[in-house]
Amino acid sequence: MGRLKPLMVRQPRIFWRKNYIFALALALLLALPFIFTARFQHHVMIKVLMFAFLGCAWNIIGGYTGQVALGHAAFFGIGAYTSSLCYIWFGLNPWFGMLLGGILAVAVSAVINYPCFRLHGRYFAIATLALGEIIRLLFTNWRLVGGALGVRLPLLPESLWNFQFHTTKLPYYYITLVLCALIFALVYKIERSKLGFYLRAIKESEEAARSLGIDVAKYKLVAMSFSVFFTAMAGTIYAQYILYIDPISVMPLMTSLLICVVPVVGGAGTLWGPALGAPILMVAIEYSRAWLGGGGRGVDYMIVGAMMVAIIFRPAGLISFFQGPRFRQWWKRIRG
Amino acid sequence: MSELFTQVVIDGLLWGAIYALVAVGLTLIWGVMGVLNLAHGDFLMLGTFGAYWLAILLGIDPLIGLLIVTPAMFILALGIYKSLITRIIKAPRLTALLATFGMGIFLRNLAHFLWTADYRLLGDTLVGDRVITVSILGGTNFISVPKLLAAGGSLAATALLYWFIKRTKTGRALQATAMNRQAAALMGIDTERMYMLAYSLGIACVGVAGTLLTNFFIIFPEVGVMFVLFALVAVTIGGFGSIQGALIGGLIIGLIESVGGFVGIPALKQALVFAVFVIVVVLRPQGLFGWAD
Repeated sequence: MGRLKPLMVRQPRIFWRKNYIFALALALLLALPFIFTARFQHHVMIKVLMFAFLGCAWNIIGGYTGQVALGHAAFFGIGAYTSSLCYIWFGLNPWFGMLLGGILAVAVSAVINYPCFRLHGRYFAIATLALGEIIRLLFTNWRLVGGALGVRLPLLPESLWNFQFHTTKLPYYYITLVLCALIFALVYKIERSKLGFYLRAIKESEEAARSLGIDVAKYKLVAMSFSVFFTAMAGTIYAQYILYIDPISVMPLMTSLLICVVPVVGGAGTLWGPALGAPILMVAIEYSRAWLGGGGRGVDYMIVGAMMVAIIFRPAGLISFFQGPRFRQWWKRIRG
Repeated sequence: MSELFTQVVIDGLLWGAIYALVAVGLTLIWGVMGVLNLAHGDFLMLGTFGAYWLAILLGIDPLIGLLIVTPAMFILALGIYKSLITRIIKAPRLTALLATFGMGIFLRNLAHFLWTADYRLLGDTLVGDRVITVSILGGTNFISVPKLLAAGGSLAATALLYWFIKRTKTGRALQATAMNRQAAALMGIDTERMYMLAYSLGIACVGVAGTLLTNFFIIFPEVGVMFVLFALVAVTIGGFGSIQGALIGGLIIGLIESVGGFVGIPALKQALVFAVFVIVVVLRPQGLFGWAD
């Protein structure tokens, strides 16, 4: 133990030296809002970060554990609704509402998703999709939570404590960035922990994992709980950012799909996958929507659809371009 | 009350027959190729728009349009098979799932782009909006003729497909390919052609269903979402890959939707269908007539 200790002390420095790409990315992201200063550009960047965050959250269950869940929008919505309604009903601060939403999402997911863990592959995907749709339909018809009319958050003076900012979008950007950094660190940790190995074992072969003594249902539940907790947190950010939520805007099937497609386009089950997928997809969606005549003309989602089809040409995602031997060689040459 | 209930059951069965035809197409593609065609509902949407534009631009009634739309959908499916589906089959399963889903989203939003999101309805069709009166169990019930025609046509198409698969030589080759591709290929069956045939027949099914729908149902780009989800539920209840199963599953879905909406909260009838789906898939993943995957 004694000899191990200095190594552990030095570890953070080794981490930054070995992974200066993290530091570079972080510095770039911190400076980005001052390079692109228009409000719309800030909006796009917030969307990118939000979906990178959601993609990382989905990646825990969908990428690492290989359980393709297609109903995450329901948990996004639960997060948005919990914090908003708790504020309106009980005056609970949205920051606590965010945590409460996460906990509630974990509880709901444990009840409804647990029976689905017996299902494999496509059956699991479609069952979660159906469950997500059920929750959306319930919220649409539930008078108490505003039904199809949705919930309008009251305007408050802008402050970090109130989680509302009106003059500038920047605080939302930095809040989402901090959360992104947190989840990135968490996924990095999970990837290298025992839990990460369990999850990947389940992905490779459930039978083999079980034969090695891994409690498959338990670890699926753990992965799903992490995943929906963060998904619900993103829901609260969305609610505080837009200040209006309704089932159509926070729980649509399209959001469930996007949450899944972002990491898959980048590379499912990899740390950098969501970070690669989110900017490409969200920038394409937001700009095509802005340039080609607004929502409803469908160009934005045509791009999503085309990208989903294009995945078949590169099933490992965009990250696979950076993983080939030729890229490694080139990278080594660059690093000297 | 009982009169109203009979009416609800009749309506459920008529819708069920239409769902069944969509589900049969889905289950055929699944059974033979092992690909879940999540773009199925959006091909149905293309079928409805095809019939609609034939009627509006060329004045061809949907009943005659059926003879044009169905072969057109068959040929479109051939093209899509050649260009994309051959690759999707080779892709990992979940990538394939997302790819077909993506294809559906693309088609749906292409329709938004080309024809806007407006609801459209065809007036002045040959069948019009006639209603026949029948007396069942002593009460008077009304049946809408275009809906009856759609249900009857769907059942006829299902029966035709069933006959084709069970009785003809090509149909048997399809069955053999579904059971074991390698073995079928060794027996001299051109399995590539069988895949193409299965896919195109599956899409032709929704061409028929879509055209028949235009006689009474609204036409809009999002129409496919509900149909593909319901067909998926029907296929799961019946068992993946089983045509009888899909037919019975479709009828069950129709009944659940209309009776559930009548007894419970109408707005939640779709949620009820999904709930039944989740319960069936968890308790009996192989469905009523299928085998475990």
